Amino acid sequence: MTSILTSMFKNLPSTSKWALRFSLRPLSCSSQLRAAPAVQTKSKKTLAKPNIRNIVVVDGVRIPFLQSGTSYKELMPHDLARAALVGLLHRTSVPKDVVDYIIFGTVIQEVKTSNVAREAALGAGFSDKTPAHTVTMACISANQAMTTGVGLIASGQCDVVVAGGVELMSDVPIRHSRKMRKMMLDLNKAKTLGQRLSLLSKFRLNFLSPELPAVAEFSTSETMGHSADRLAAAFAVSRLDQDEYALRSHSLAKKAQDEGLLSDVVPFKVPGKDTVTKDNGIRPSSLEQMAKLKPAFIKPYGTVTAANSSFLTDGASAMLIMAEEKALAMGYKPKAYLRDFVYVSQDPKDQLLLGPTYATPKVLEKAGLTMTDIDAFEFHEAFSGQILANFKAMDSDWFAQNYMGRKTKVGAPPLEKFNNWGGSLSLGHPFGATGCRLVMAAANRLRKEGGQYGLVAACAAGGQGHAMIVEVYPK
Amino acid sequence: MVASRAIGSLSRFTASRTLRCPGYISRNFSGSSALLTRTHINYGVKGDVAVVRINSPNSKVNTLNRELQSEFMEVMNEIWASDQVRSAVLISAKPGCFIAGADINMLASCKSVEEVTRISQEGQRMFEKLEKSTKPIVAAISGSCLGGGLELAISCQYRIATKDKKTVLGAPEVLLGILPGAGGTQRLPKMVGVPAAFDMMLTGRNIRADRAKKMGLVDQLVEPLGPGLKPSEERTIEYLEEVAVTFAKELSDKKLSPKRDKGLVEKLMSYAMSIPFVRQQIYKKVEEKVRKQTKGLYPAPLKIIDVVKTGIEQGNDAGYLSESQKFGELAMSKESKALIGLYHGQVLCKKNKFGAPQKDVKHLAILGAGLMGAGIAQVSVDKGLKTILKDATLAGLGRGQQQVFKGLNDKVKKKALTSFERDSIFSNLTGQLDYQGFEKADMVIEAVFEDLNLKHRVLKEVEAVIGMHYFSPVDKMQLLEIITTEKTSKDTTASAVAVGLKQGKVIIVVKDGPGFYTTRCLAPMMSEVLRILQEGVDPKKLDSLTTSFGFPVGAATLVDEVGVDVAKHVAEDLGKAFGERFEGGSLELLKQMVSRGFLGRKSGKGFYVYQEGVKNKSLNSDMDGILASLKVPPKSDVCSDEDIQYRLVTRFVNEAVMCLQEGILATPAEGDIGAVFGLGFPPCLGGPFRYVDLYGAQKILDRLRRYEAAYGKQFTPCQLLTDHANSPSKKFYQ
Repeated sequence: MTSILTSMFKNLPSTSKWALRFSLRPLSCSSQLRAAPAVQTKSKKTLAKPNIRNIVVVDGVRIPFLQSGTSYKELMPHDLARAALVGLLHRTSVPKDVVDYIIFGTVIQEVKTSNVAREAALGAGFSDKTPAHTVTMACISANQAMTTGVGLIASGQCDVVVAGGVELMSDVPIRHSRKMRKMMLDLNKAKTLGQRLSLLSKFRLNFLSPELPAVAEFSTSETMGHSADRLAAAFAVSRLDQDEYALRSHSLAKKAQDEGLLSDVVPFKVPGKDTVTKDNGIRPSSLEQMAKLKPAFIKPYGTVTAANSSFLTDGASAMLIMAEEKALAMGYKPKAYLRDFVYVSQDPKDQLLLGPTYATPKVLEKAGLTMTDIDAFEFHEAFSGQILANFKAMDSDWFAQNYMGRKTKVGAPPLEKFNNWGGSLSLGHPFGATGCRLVMAAANRLRKEGGQYGLVAACAAGGQGHAMIVEVYPK
Repeated sequence: MVASRAIGSLSRFTASRTLRCPGYISRNFSGSSALLTRTHINYGVKGDVAVVRINSPNSKVNTLNRELQSEFMEVMNEIWASDQVRSAVLISAKPGCFIAGADINMLASCKSVEEVTRISQEGQRMFEKLEKSTKPIVAAISGSCLGGGLELAISCQYRIATKDKKTVLGAPEVLLGILPGAGGTQRLPKMVGVPAAFDMMLTGRNIRADRAKKMGLVDQLVEPLGPGLKPSEERTIEYLEEVAVTFAKELSDKKLSPKRDKGLVEKLMSYAMSIPFVRQQIYKKVEEKVRKQTKGLYPAPLKIIDVVKTGIEQGNDAGYLSESQKFGELAMSKESKALIGLYHGQVLCKKNKFGAPQKDVKHLAILGAGLMGAGIAQVSVDKGLKTILKDATLAGLGRGQQQVFKGLNDKVKKKALTSFERDSIFSNLTGQLDYQGFEKADMVIEAVFEDLNLKHRVLKEVEAVIGMHYFSPVDKMQLLEIITTEKTSKDTTASAVAVGLKQGKVIIVVKDGPGFYTTRCLAPMMSEVLRILQEGVDPKKLDSLTTSFGFPVGAATLVDEVGVDVAKHVAEDLGKAFGERFEGGSLELLKQMVSRGFLGRKSGKGFYVYQEGVKNKSLNSDMDGILASLKVPPKSDVCSDEDIQYRLVTRFVNEAVMCLQEGILATPAEGDIGAVFGLGFPPCLGGPFRYVDLYGAQKILDRLRRYEAAYGKQFTPCQLLTDHANSPSKKFYQ
């Protein structure tokens, strides 16, 4: 995930230019995509398990996701996280001292607030007696925060956990070079003027060249966009398919935004600036305009462009998770259950972004469900090409047999149930915060569109992946 | 059968394409009857781009033989004649190989210089047609693109290569004692510049795709793909083809120019090359360097320089003519035959003739973390073998682990590995002082003693024991000598060979006997070295006599490198085993050196003095006394420089032939490979057996007889050599 960073830096100018050049023109293509909730019997009436505590999401919120370098650019990560926490407190009115534990996910760490969960919680006015820790697992960091909370509750250690995630891509730690750092540290230890001078005499101009956060997957030195382009090519996903998918994501997001469906968004009054009320990366364009963009990674013939990739995003999310009995005792009407979940990992070179393909059949099997039981799919969209490659992989018996050790394919999710309110391509993708957005989107969609089970899945740097079943809380 | 296979592949080709993109028409212009006769090449048309696929039947590689060439030209002529086709893509259907080169056997069958020259001229004409093609041709390269394959690729208008470790471009002809004979010497300098072209043609080195892109040898790179809906290799080739087709279209639509933008350095370079004086200086420099390195023993490099020079100074026609003539001359030279022989031998020794072992060796344990043990570990871990390295002391183990790490880290510095890959490979190595986990090892390699007797005793006792004689430094020396006894089972041998092949070795398998094969051949020559030194030839002179005969390392230096104590040990042991035949110089010389601590490079002193950072080593003056005290008078009729060289070589050759005679060696090819790759026998002579074949057994016999008269039994020719001298039609290689 850090890998996206610098490659996206390069994209950034073209992306924003692109956004300026074309007017926001929503396409009315979503009508046929809106499907009536499937009326069918489920494999299981509920995923409740005997002798295991039911864990519920009381509610979840996020501050608007903004393209990095916009309204949040003067802030620090814990400011965003704090805003999400305050928003959650406001939305749920949960008494602060009830919260047993706070967990946040983040990817690019601000060195000053390396445990950003604690700094944000203190600033948001949570009790200083509530411990907090920060987790990192690339793009599934918030998922890790949630499932860590699930573990704490299920094992009886906690009753009430706040999980969330935050990412601020407007500012990233750019370090001095290792040589410069070494010299500065040695200077600290030098006792005499002579020692200092002799150290200084070793200074070379190239010591000053800064060290950017890793541009690539550490193990393979490949940027994520590059890998996505190769993945799309491996599955023969065309440029047009990718552009069409990206357009779908933006159009659906625009529609959801206009219809007020993105109810997890809470406004954020940015100090010194106007109140931010909505996501600013949604920009439906046209296929013709998108076709004009040059490939961003594999030049000059690749297929992944700024327009069919997720963009660098600032944002934060937070969610209140409780043991069901605790929530009911407190008089809450929960939104959803958090059910079975899995983490998977595979080859970080050639299958970097195939996490959902591996995780989906595994979590379904674990829960005892099938694809047809799922009413709402919420997958993280890193790149159009990645989503479409995952679809093809999930729909291939050959791939299932040769790479996943399964007898048959799991099948691709039906598009009419898939990311119906937009996805990371359009809403944005603050690395550490996306997981909570996915779960809340699934929960809110199930409540709005009807249906019982949602499936959340995401890929992450390092060749990892995650999937979780969300079950709507009965009305 | 061959034909049906080709049709099968074509129909597959057609079906898969038409399904995916309906606009694609597969067509064969010559009609289906011609299809039946085409075995190496098939083609179809995508839009207005012809896709020519090369796929030689029943072979892992494509080679430019007569059949392939004629089919290729036939196809090309159809493409040029067709109205529907505006451009073409050349691609191989074999993932690991574009074209591995011209067919060597085609040259071997030629009887005269003129015949070879004609082959060269045919090739030149064929590639000239490609170069002048008005329909742009894109070479889509995946896998090895060598020799004739490279010459073909650089005749095309555009080159796209997969950025894969398997994709290498190169002009390795010089390694076979010949030169690029199908226009390569003329096109390459124009494409990559004179200095880079010389480097490629004179070293024969393989160039990886990313480097080739920087040099301007290829125009675009295609990243290899992972698995998708089919295996990655298959899909990568398909993708390469798709990308190549789009470029071919753009070229024919004139949206893209085949001319490359040259960088500043390149522009400066080509400006400099336009000045005759600069050019002359470059020729001179390169020639000097080549003369110094080849000692005039290898004609090919000098002719390459000459041909390139002719082309640049006198124009294309003169260049092509010179190329074809020199190509003919070289192909008929003894040096080329020797080198080609070695090539064949090497191919042979890269195969496991004992079949697949019952159990794959995955876990290896090595006893002893010395130079040898750690070297074996290094070439094992990077092939994915889980390796335990055990030593008796922590210091010894640490040294060995560091050696392995350094070997890997040097590859990182050369960008052959990433630091991540290095670390991941290094984690295959477990260093330990105890025997934990040895029970799980599929094979234990013992690398502790240099005591041949002990090794022998061990060898004879256990059935599943086999000798693996590695050469130091293990990561540089290609040879592995495997020693079997009567009791060694075939599966054990197969297993040892499989491990050796995995470690990247060329392998000879020999029968057990004192000194096995390589040490046994070396011992009499070393004995002669001592005598020559005792006769008053100083080590420097001796070194220069041996290197000018073609040995890579001088004889005195070799003793220092091997270690004087080791040499003494071997000489004593083999002296006892073989008696009179192994006599010559006095063992006393080595004994005194050992007692004075002159153990060679490892102790800092031997015949020479070794100092850190000092490049030109000087003679060890303390040796003067020892040599003076052991001096013997030279025999005047056999002590000319030439005689000294032949005394060394004939003893070597005679012992080698005796090893074949006694059945220590199974084949002459293994003898040649062992001598050249393990002991540095002059490659230009092709190894002791090839040498006898090429230069005549009688001549060698005559020399041996003459030396026998002077020194006695040490030079008595063995029976097999005598037989060969008596009947000149008898050859080691038929």
